[in-house]
Amino acid sequence: MSTPSQTVGPYLSLGLPWDDGPTVAGADTPGAVWIRGVVYDGAGAPVPDGLIETWQADPHGRFDHPDDPRGAQPGFRGFGRCPTDDEGAYGIRTVLPGALPGEAPHIDVSVFARGLLHRVVTRIYFPEHAEANAADPVLTSVPAQRRDTLIATRTEDGYRFDVRLQGEGETVFFDV
Amino acid sequence: MTTSVSSSSSSSSESGLVLPTYRRDPEGTHPPLDSPGYKSTRLRHPKQPLVLLPHKLTEVTGPLLGPGRLGELDNDLTRQHPEEPQGQRILVHGRLLDGDGRPVPNSLVEVWQANAGGRYKHVWDNWPCPVDPNFDGVGRTITDNEGRYEFTTIKPGAYPWKNHDNAWRPAHIHFSVFGHAFTQRLVTQMYFPDDPLFSQDPIFNSVPDEKARQRMISRFDMSRTVPEWALAFEFDIVLRGREATPFENEEEDE
Ligand SMILES: [Fe+3]
Repeated sequence: MSTPSQTVGPYLSLGLPWDDGPTVAGADTPGAVWIRGVVYDGAGAPVPDGLIETWQADPHGRFDHPDDPRGAQPGFRGFGRCPTDDEGAYGIRTVLPGALPGEAPHIDVSVFARGLLHRVVTRIYFPEHAEANAADPVLTSVPAQRRDTLIATRTEDGYRFDVRLQGEGETVFFDV
Repeated sequence: MTTSVSSSSSSSSESGLVLPTYRRDPEGTHPPLDSPGYKSTRLRHPKQPLVLLPHKLTEVTGPLLGPGRLGELDNDLTRQHPEEPQGQRILVHGRLLDGDGRPVPNSLVEVWQANAGGRYKHVWDNWPCPVDPNFDGVGRTITDNEGRYEFTTIKPGAYPWKNHDNAWRPAHIHFSVFGHAFTQRLVTQMYFPDDPLFSQDPIFNSVPDEKARQRMISRFDMSRTVPEWALAFEFDIVLRGREATPFENEEEDE
């Protein structure tokens, strides 16, 4: 029987951030991009006591993990972690994941914050993959009018992906 | 029986990949995101229904974070400064297990906590209790081959907060664990036995199931106390278990 989840509370930034957490890929990695965004609450106010975690495949769509049945591909951490700052903003530098069997390229995201008794989970998809996105089984299971909350937008140095915990434009969250 | 190796079909199961799936926890195990007693949930809980996410490659894998992330004294919060912190020295130990009682080995465990007086070393914490210059309240360790972890710290104090009139958090240590898969990621709080503050704490009580709540309370462990040195508490953390996979069934058939 599982141990229950509890909130990270307001002081998560003591225990969870790592110096190298936001950098899944080095600055000189070919194709490195920044995914940046702001986490908002139901009143549209930024959430300054939150944390974003990302988990993704490498550029070939593979995972450095023994349960990838195609075989682990050592070397790519695939995991990013960034606390939100006083303006609710986070940033993860990474490379785009490759497509997975039957799935469009995507990044799994966990959001932790004071006031969240359990993490909420969402996914980042990318605007370049319109065709693969249209065929993605997870994305297409989301009500059509809410799908765009899962698709990052292009910026100068990468992508923007905001998280709206509640209300107008609420991000789609998943029951994992 | 022959297994097709791959095809250009539209789901991972149809493409020949055999993936484990993780059991969903029984109703009442985890707190509802909308828990009015804990006021900060009001503007932060999603109002739209969650969309069911099937367990595909991204969900059944996860970061395997090992020894590379640990500093030498990360598992002893009493030795991170030249002097010792104030307070009751304790040993906290336990196992990281999955829902079938299998240990989760070589897995990162992160903790953070208040000092003996209930004060966090955080710029936003300003309750009138001194910061302890010899205590950061941050630790990390890794589970061994049997899923065991252990660290030395001091017993954190209770602290007031502004959730409701005369609100106090029971003493607790924040825990963060990864398990083996994205589905198993868990952040929780470890509490201490017989805390008189449980009854008025909306965070502890946000967990609907009474038995599940009890699983967040550590056990005083006389057998692990160190004479004239430290008390001890045991806290096992249980993550979601796997469904039996088609692959395992196949093996049984043969
Ligand atoms: Fe706390």
